[in-house]
Amino acid sequence: MEALRKELETLQAEALELVKKSVDAAQLEKVRVSFLGRKARLTAILRQLPTVPPEERPVVGQLANTVKRAIEEGIEARRAALGSIPSDEILRKDQIDVTLPGRRPSLGRLHPLTQIIREICGVFVEMGFAVMEGPEVEWDYYNFEALNIPEDHPARDMWDTFWIDPASARTSTPMLLRTHTSPMQIRIMEQTRPPVRVVVPGKCYRYEAVDASHESQFDQVEGLAVDEQITFADLKGTLHTFARRLFGKDRKTRFRCDYFPFVEPGVDMSIDCFLCKGTGCRLCKDTGWLEILGAGMVHPNVLARVGYDPARYTGFAFGLGPARVAMLKYGIEDIRFFHGNDLRFLRQFP
Amino acid sequence: MKVSLKWLAEYVDLVLPVKELAHLLTMSGTEVGGIQERGNGWTGIVVARVEALARHPTAESLTLATVGLPGERVTVVTGAPNLRVGNKVPYAPVGGRLTDAHTGKEAVVEVANVRGVESRGVLCSEKELGLSEAHEGVLILPAEARVGQPLAAVLGDTVLDLEITPNRPDCLGVLGVAREVAALTEQRLRVPDLAYQEAGPDVRGLAQVEILVPGLCPRYSASVIQGVAVGPSPSWLQARLAAAGVRPINNIVDITNYVMLEYGQPLHAFDYDALLGRRIVVRQFTSGESLRTLDGIVRPLEPGMLVIADAERPAALAGIMGGSETEVTGRTTNVLLESANFDPVSIRRSCRALRLRTEASSRFDKGLSPAITTLALRRATKLIVESCGGRAAHGVLDVYPLPRDPIELRLTPVELRRVLGIELTPAETRSVLSRLGCVCREDGRALLVTSPEHRSDIRIPADLVEEVARLIGYDRIPETTMAGHLPEHAPQPMRGLIERLKDLLSGCGLQEVITYSLVGRLLLGKTHPEAEPGPIDALRLANPMTPDQEMLRTSLLPSLLECVATNLRPDEPGLCLFEIGCVYLPREAELPEEREILVMAMAGPRWQRQWNEAPAELDFYDLKGAVEEVLARLNLQGTRFNRIAEQGLFHPGRTAAIDWKDVRLGLMGELHPAVARNCEIRVPVFLAEFDLEQLLNAVGVDFLRIEPPPRFPAVRRDLALVVEERVPASELLEVIRQAGAPLLAGVELFDLFRGHGLPPGHKSCGVALIFRSPERTLTDAEVADIEAHILEQLGAVIGARLRG
Repeated sequence: MEALRKELETLQAEALELVKKSVDAAQLEKVRVSFLGRKARLTAILRQLPTVPPEERPVVGQLANTVKRAIEEGIEARRAALGSIPSDEILRKDQIDVTLPGRRPSLGRLHPLTQIIREICGVFVEMGFAVMEGPEVEWDYYNFEALNIPEDHPARDMWDTFWIDPASARTSTPMLLRTHTSPMQIRIMEQTRPPVRVVVPGKCYRYEAVDASHESQFDQVEGLAVDEQITFADLKGTLHTFARRLFGKDRKTRFRCDYFPFVEPGVDMSIDCFLCKGTGCRLCKDTGWLEILGAGMVHPNVLARVGYDPARYTGFAFGLGPARVAMLKYGIEDIRFFHGNDLRFLRQFP
Repeated sequence: MKVSLKWLAEYVDLVLPVKELAHLLTMSGTEVGGIQERGNGWTGIVVARVEALARHPTAESLTLATVGLPGERVTVVTGAPNLRVGNKVPYAPVGGRLTDAHTGKEAVVEVANVRGVESRGVLCSEKELGLSEAHEGVLILPAEARVGQPLAAVLGDTVLDLEITPNRPDCLGVLGVAREVAALTEQRLRVPDLAYQEAGPDVRGLAQVEILVPGLCPRYSASVIQGVAVGPSPSWLQARLAAAGVRPINNIVDITNYVMLEYGQPLHAFDYDALLGRRIVVRQFTSGESLRTLDGIVRPLEPGMLVIADAERPAALAGIMGGSETEVTGRTTNVLLESANFDPVSIRRSCRALRLRTEASSRFDKGLSPAITTLALRRATKLIVESCGGRAAHGVLDVYPLPRDPIELRLTPVELRRVLGIELTPAETRSVLSRLGCVCREDGRALLVTSPEHRSDIRIPADLVEEVARLIGYDRIPETTMAGHLPEHAPQPMRGLIERLKDLLSGCGLQEVITYSLVGRLLLGKTHPEAEPGPIDALRLANPMTPDQEMLRTSLLPSLLECVATNLRPDEPGLCLFEIGCVYLPREAELPEEREILVMAMAGPRWQRQWNEAPAELDFYDLKGAVEEVLARLNLQGTRFNRIAEQGLFHPGRTAAIDWKDVRLGLMGELHPAVARNCEIRVPVFLAEFDLEQLLNAVGVDFLRIEPPPRFPAVRRDLALVVEERVPASELLEVIRQAGAPLLAGVELFDLFRGHGLPPGHKSCGVALIFRSPERTLTDAEVADIEAHILEQLGAVIGARLRG
């Protein structure tokens, strides 16, 4: 009995295998005849049924019928399939030119500055910073005065300013196009209490002769973190993390002393030149370092100005230019391309 | 500021290789922008003495110079007009290398035949040595230079190009930089000797100084030197000035410039005998007076500007420029030397009003320390006595009405740790600050620090923290991660909308552009249908850089159109552009309203010519499709496009207002052909403009309900409906929707036909109706009932009927 069952199962497997391998109706017919025809083994088994002990007869009979049906269905399915699809031999001759150009969906693109600003802000957002924006037309007070740069301060020379004509502004209070995003430090601190962690992207303007590395309109991303117990070491740690995230994990950073009136100590952060790996090249002007951002610990005068107790709170601020980052990243040699909006330039970006 | 290492080495031992020194300076805040090795390329160039000069036999402008070298004499043909017998000059022999003055490239000297005379070698100009652009004559070397000595030994130097930040005016002199180097490398500073023979009469008998406005002139020091011989400076002094880019004038003026470069303190020399009443009065300019400055210009001084006057009239523009009446000339024999301190704000204001900046003013306006006036004065007086002859008066005049008391600042280890995040012992802090010249007293763990008087920038303890940090080096401060709570962030809905729009629009195939916020009248005229913008209510710049950037834009469309015009090129794909940015709308005595606006533009071929698509042009409906898609993705249900006329630069017959409920979100349409012509655009342009403030109000109002996927099949019926032309498609579809509710799941207009077989003034619309029930499979009879009802309504409301 057990032997018979085995034999039936083997029979079915063999038959279905041959069915699968058949490529046309003739081969299929051969398979049918050899497995289900009058001289076939299965037919023989069914014929022998009367010789099987009566108690086993229904089981064997049922099994044999199941196998018969499975093979019949297999042949039918294969026959149907073969009927609609030509053989691979024929299909092989039915070729297309796979090298013809494809029909590309017309995807648009974000401006490279948008892309790089998103990337920059994204890194800080993951470190718990919020993204905020502020006015591009500003009062002198926010752009300079409150940032520890009073009128006639020598440091004002660092920012050549576009002033708004007072008649068109309908006020005699000095109004200007912000020269940096730093006024938002003041606006944010005026509106919130510590802890503060914010990045501020935005457009800035400088009264500057335009050349390959200077634009009268440019973008900046400002950052500000104020709390109890924020130290210079936190500034270094945060900005180093940022540099690695943006420029690669092996990036080295260099922090050196620099002067901005609204921070103290003031910092200039460079990364090691990713083109020459720090040995010196044209990109880094043979210094091995690329200046990326200005930063520093928020000046006590600035904190006091917005009503934060400088004895209790400390913080750091930083500012960087996305265009410079993009220029370094893509080897772009002229900053004017960004607002030139020549599509032959813009279309090259990812 | 350019600093010669040879000069620097007079005040401090330079114990580090120049690259390491430059690194230390850069890291501590004095950025070294460049290191110039002077003399590196002077291969074979040596000092020679001019022995004889003769006219070239055939060329009048050329000279035959015979120069002496150890053991030989050589004749060189030169065009230089400045040679005298006895001059020491740089000589490049045959085979030597120099910079070709014409090509600017390196060249090897060869034997030359100049108009029939053999010339062996070259007498070099500054340009040929790469020192400057000067090529009018041969460089004359100091008389002390030895014949045969390599030029590099005489003139070779390393020059550091330093960026001095505005807070460090004390570093605007070589001595200040030397002090910084001494502190960084822990070396001793050698200050110049200030003692000189005071052989003249008591200075108080020679002149008087009076300060009428002590607030604007905290200190005025002066000396008098009698019987000087004005003439050229000694060559060492000329060389120093030349290296710093200062043109030598005469020995007196050169010495004042030299001491300014040394101490950072500007000085001025008056012709003592030209000062009426032998008096110096520091006062403000009053109307009715006038002053001709050294450069010969009568300056339009304003009352209140600070001047140095004698007993009767202004003699100099204080801290900016001297006057021509009292200037030192070849006839001057007695000199009054001024070394004063002026209020930086007053200097800045005068400079700004007069549009005049000088080496002196750009030092004074940083706020120099009043402490150094007498030091610089004595130094200059000493140099004059030593090199111009003359007798210095006994003593100096020094009026110092408001001496600054030194301040004592308290610095604790706790404060250092709180700001820097690093532990420093009082001993280390003290040692660091002492290197800078600070005087420290201990008070428990705290230090009471008095900063040196030349450092007027150190005023609060935070200033000391920075000094400590930069001297120990920022590298020593560790890198840590911020502790503390994360602040709660206020939502930024507009920012969110803008970011979402940018993604949607670029997904719809539009390229983002960012144009300038500043525009000019010319552009606004071009983009106006009447080619004349009329009065514009916009914020104007008081100091525009160019006329095309003179005011803040009140619309983004002109700049976008300009972008379209410049980017339309034959054989390039069409343009699909967008920009999101602000317009700046003036308000009364307030900052302008900065309103976020979205603009879109499409023009040109729908796709680049390709082998498997027929060419097609972008049209109104390409842009409308993108707009519809974006609005749909923002879940604005039921936005309507209503045709409107006369909207700025839009085509009066092909413009739609985009409305949602009773809110006008924006406009879209074809560009007015007149504007297109003005902008030299030859294809139709389609534009859209959205006020994002309005869009933001609309977004999020409608509830977005997500339904399960349908379980029962839909039934589709296509109808061809004939309707009058004047009936807009939106009305036809709306009638169908209302009549078909609730089992009509959707309606699509898939065909539009005009012409043959239709009554005049009619069109045929092919419409697909999709019926579906959420509960069961609809029967043919049910669908037929609804369809009949729809047709009945179509006929009743808009007179539409089935096409026969």
